[in-house]
Amino acid sequence: MSALLEVDGLSVELPVAGEYRTVLQDVSFSLDAGQTLGLVGESGSGKSMTVRSIAQLLPPGARTSGSITFDGASVLDLRGDALRKFRSRDVSMIFQDPRAHTNPVRRIGDFLTEAMRVNGRVPRREAERRAVELLAEVGIHDGERRLRQYPHELSGGLLQRVMIAASLAVKPRLILADEPTTALDVTTQSEVMAILARLQREYGMAMLFITHDLELAAAVCDETVVMYAGAMVEHQASSRLHTDPLHPYSAALMQARPEIERRVPRLPAIPGHPTSAFETPDGCAFAPRCRFAEDACRAALPAFERVGDGEYSRCRRAEELRGQLLVPAVVSHEEVVR
Amino acid sequence: MTALAVVAEARRRTRRRPRGKHLSVLGWVAAVVLAVVALLAVFGPLLVTVDPNAVDLGNAFADPSAGHPLGQDASGRDLFSRLLSGARTSLVGPLLVVVVSTLLGTGLALAAVWVGGWFDTAVARVVDAVFAFPGLLLAILATSIFGTGLQAAIIALSISYTPYIARIVRGAALRERSLPYIAALRVQGLRGTAISLRHILPNIAGLIFANATLSFGFALIDLAALSFIGLGVQAPTADWGAMVGTGMAGIQQLEPQEALWASLLIVITVAAANSLGDELVKRSEARA
Repeated sequence: MSALLEVDGLSVELPVAGEYRTVLQDVSFSLDAGQTLGLVGESGSGKSMTVRSIAQLLPPGARTSGSITFDGASVLDLRGDALRKFRSRDVSMIFQDPRAHTNPVRRIGDFLTEAMRVNGRVPRREAERRAVELLAEVGIHDGERRLRQYPHELSGGLLQRVMIAASLAVKPRLILADEPTTALDVTTQSEVMAILARLQREYGMAMLFITHDLELAAAVCDETVVMYAGAMVEHQASSRLHTDPLHPYSAALMQARPEIERRVPRLPAIPGHPTSAFETPDGCAFAPRCRFAEDACRAALPAFERVGDGEYSRCRRAEELRGQLLVPAVVSHEEVVR
Repeated sequence: MTALAVVAEARRRTRRRPRGKHLSVLGWVAAVVLAVVALLAVFGPLLVTVDPNAVDLGNAFADPSAGHPLGQDASGRDLFSRLLSGARTSLVGPLLVVVVSTLLGTGLALAAVWVGGWFDTAVARVVDAVFAFPGLLLAILATSIFGTGLQAAIIALSISYTPYIARIVRGAALRERSLPYIAALRVQGLRGTAISLRHILPNIAGLIFANATLSFGFALIDLAALSFIGLGVQAPTADWGAMVGTGMAGIQQLEPQEALWASLLIVITVAAANSLGDELVKRSEARA
């Protein structure tokens, strides 16, 4: 069986001040129905760009190469009506900041019913009835009243649930969740995640889940892709990512998290600062910050290679270093000060 | 911060922005003046009791009297009824110019912003080219080709006012289009036309209305100027701009009433449109 979504060798260039700059290079993964794939990485690592390429929401002038195949059809070639059909039926997107992603002067009801009424030609009353049902699905039981309210009258968590309800309106086969809980407080976060996970199970949807939160990725996603500077650096089952990372960057991310059981005087931060895809040196993008880097790492960009069954890494020393990546580095005092 | 400090801070903030919803006094005055002028244009000709075109050469430049509250002009026509019936001709022209150029400019700008790419560039170039050409000059050109009268002038001015509106709407629509909620609507599979007309347009309607108000003043001046030099409204039809023109002769004979009253009405109306428009533009820009 072929996968529902197949991204192969996707690269994206954006025009910045007259020249094209690479923001995404050689991204490949596939996603089956009902499966959840996590995309983690710092800001600017290309997570959102990947998701936006799938929904064709890239900024104007973007150049893409590679292919995105959804259910056998090439997504990047979709135009006009076909693209609209793809967006309105097959794929839904949930955004990080629900408040910024709703028109502040339109009511919740308008927001929930507009797509149904325009795309599905559903009459107003019918659409509103369905909207109330959808709101009930995401745990909002006074839907009738909510439909008459404006976005500013709802809390962030409530509004995000409205966004989820809106994305369910078409029973999509793929949900693109771009940090759906980042803008919410922790308790609301877990509520929203529970709703999302339950609906995904019930509807059998595939989900591409972007997050900064490594624990959340481990809990929600079957597999996780770690991205750095516009490229994938690691891809493996979420359950093993924490104990057996395959790339020094993933390992460094794990170590930089505070742990609730253990007190450490100072969290081991990753030295340097994150780079964008277009300002990376010739070799491995992470080499300048990597404590395992050798001269060969700086010479040429390593390939994204299979390390084991369902395990991929973009580190040339992945096999050699396996198991040693999480061993704490001996950091001298001078180094910390510097 | 202590609770007291928070309250004080909140008070200070609310005081710094004294009026959020309401117009300033000047704005209100301007709005009332425009409303009165609009009423004059609608009902003025119905209130006229003396035929505005009735010539009475024996009473040329007559002083105000019971039948003629503002006196009579060089041909003995009643000034009051000429000003009243001229209100409609003087105001309908600019109104048409504003409506046509706003529709045209807004439509062009929204289409350019949504389609983007070469279409946007092409629209921008054409708009720049028309913008570089003075409106009054274009109107004079049009009247010399299609004959004198309001029609050609209104069409010409509508065309030359379009770029002004188009530029402003394009900028605002571009800002609006880049907002995240537009992306959310696009993933829902809505059409560009639906998003442009139902979401972008209502959100920038304030700015469009404000600029329409402002250009009403300019259009009034331009059309009055055309009538003044004899290319617009033709005699004997009463029109404020034309009355300033015919009143010129009276000024030399120390009988400036006709030019004075007509220009006073023009100045008041334009000043009102400009100050109201200015205020509305500032408010809509502050909100954006």
